[in-house]
Amino acid sequence: MATTSPHIARLAPDPSGHPAIDIVDVTKTFGDVHAVRGVDLAIEQGEIVAFLGPNGAGKSTTIDMILGLSEPTSGTVEVLGMSPRAAISHGYVSAVLQSGGLLRDITVRETVRYIGSLFPSSQPVDEVLAAAGITELADRRVGKCSGGEVQRLRFAIALLPDPRLLALDEPTTGMDVEGRRVFWNAIRRDAARGRTVLFATHYLEEADQYADRIVLMSHGRIVADGTGAQVKALAGGRTVRATLPHPDVDAIAAIAGVDSVEIRGEQVLIHSADSDAVARHLLTRTSARDIEITSEGLEQAFLNLTADHEGNG
Amino acid sequence: MGTDTTMRPSDATPATAAAAGPRGTRFGGFNGTVLGIELRRMLRNRRTIVFAMVLPAALLLSFSGQSGWRDRVGSGNVAAYVLISIALYGAALTAAAGGSMVAMERTTGWNRQLRLTPINPVAAILVKAMVALVMGACAIAVVYVVGAAQGKADMPVHLWFVCPLLTLVCTLTFAALGVFVGYIVPGENAMQIIGPGLALLSFLGGVFIPLDQYAASVREVAYWTPMYGVSEIARAPLTHELPWYAVVNAVAWFALFVAGAAWRMSRDTARA
Repeated sequence: MATTSPHIARLAPDPSGHPAIDIVDVTKTFGDVHAVRGVDLAIEQGEIVAFLGPNGAGKSTTIDMILGLSEPTSGTVEVLGMSPRAAISHGYVSAVLQSGGLLRDITVRETVRYIGSLFPSSQPVDEVLAAAGITELADRRVGKCSGGEVQRLRFAIALLPDPRLLALDEPTTGMDVEGRRVFWNAIRRDAARGRTVLFATHYLEEADQYADRIVLMSHGRIVADGTGAQVKALAGGRTVRATLPHPDVDAIAAIAGVDSVEIRGEQVLIHSADSDAVARHLLTRTSARDIEITSEGLEQAFLNLTADHEGNG
Repeated sequence: MGTDTTMRPSDATPATAAAAGPRGTRFGGFNGTVLGIELRRMLRNRRTIVFAMVLPAALLLSFSGQSGWRDRVGSGNVAAYVLISIALYGAALTAAAGGSMVAMERTTGWNRQLRLTPINPVAAILVKAMVALVMGACAIAVVYVVGAAQGKADMPVHLWFVCPLLTLVCTLTFAALGVFVGYIVPGENAMQIIGPGLALLSFLGGVFIPLDQYAASVREVAYWTPMYGVSEIARAPLTHELPWYAVVNAVAWFALFVAGAAWRMSRDTARA
């Protein structure tokens, strides 16, 4: 075995710098469902990028295409300058997937050995078990592991090829606080050595804490792309709702902080970073009544952001 | 962890490679580690062991009290005829159980996990076929060893090797059947259907009782069932009888089950 390894050993990262991920004008439809509606995304090597969005935003579908698990309906996906499948064959890419089923009747160590044996070159089993913090679970059957433990096992498996790109779909689902800490520490340590990490999450906090860059997805499109601070500003704000027949939309939209105005019959819904200014305007300059101010969750913020792109569709 | 997991360029040392265990994707991922773990999985499954090893052996012992056990059949006796038949039944059951496991793990997403590795899909199926064959061989071996120990079966020495080999080839049909049924009836329920189903087909196909003891109308149906062809083939070296329609039966059912398994499997892959 040892004699063959020099021939199949991995190449050094390309210094001329292919992007880690290069997605050009990609769409994906399942029957009538448009899961991804035209995404362009370039991620450089060494970036830690959070894919943020509510459930059904198209994050998992996009990650599947990056991993070659599904083909785009149109457009192209390249990983490190090659097709996703080629990148996986070289062991350049690995992933922690929500849906990756494991065999329940073998042990944690056997699972790692099994997958490790399939790669041309892989990290020692004990190392990846330690890195994922599951050394003491090595002899436990997978079927007896908790959700968080299985998730850490998936992470251990993902570390086997020592990948240059690690894609993580909701990686900390089911993990306890300690599990999350071990997990993110391991991620950051490897990222410091130049590994590119793309993780999907619907927690703004997690994205903000661990990513250099946040790509916000909703309804199959990228609706924002920037640093944590930039996206948080977009996701903040409140909605002011009032009964106001025939509102002067332009005047409302001109108030500082307002980013959307929606008319629903006699109701007007105003989304703004400064709800006080909106309320003051409505109370002093209009005949508005029944004023309600609600602060919105991230979910609603996503919907607001997307509404601009979707119109009534 | 302080150990080295850095992005390593092309200088993976032989020491590291050796420490990491068997490596290489020269056979598309078909390797000893995978084969070993897959076999251990089967052996750990108590239900499989009971069905595959214990039940056929018990069946053989329980049949042995029958009269006419020493009557001549072809170049051997009835005991040898029963021995071959029960080995076929045990091996078919084992292979079908293995096949249904394939379907189960694919529907639970294990194949998605495998697709994140360099393993070739053909190699993945080859591993499963190998495991099914090894387990089938174990099931056959148990029955033949029990039969030999019992000392009642009598047939020429070479048939003690030819018949089990033919039986083993015939069990591939039932590995495919297992995959097919496993997709249609997901989860653990597959075996609840395959177990009694194969027993019924075995009776109907003349595995346990020769067809000439059945009423003519039952026999007409039996010729069309999947156990009939393979049982005639497995026993042919002993009986020196092999109707052409038995061969057609065996080939047709093999083709049908393989096509069915491949069809479900490709749909499953497309969906992933």
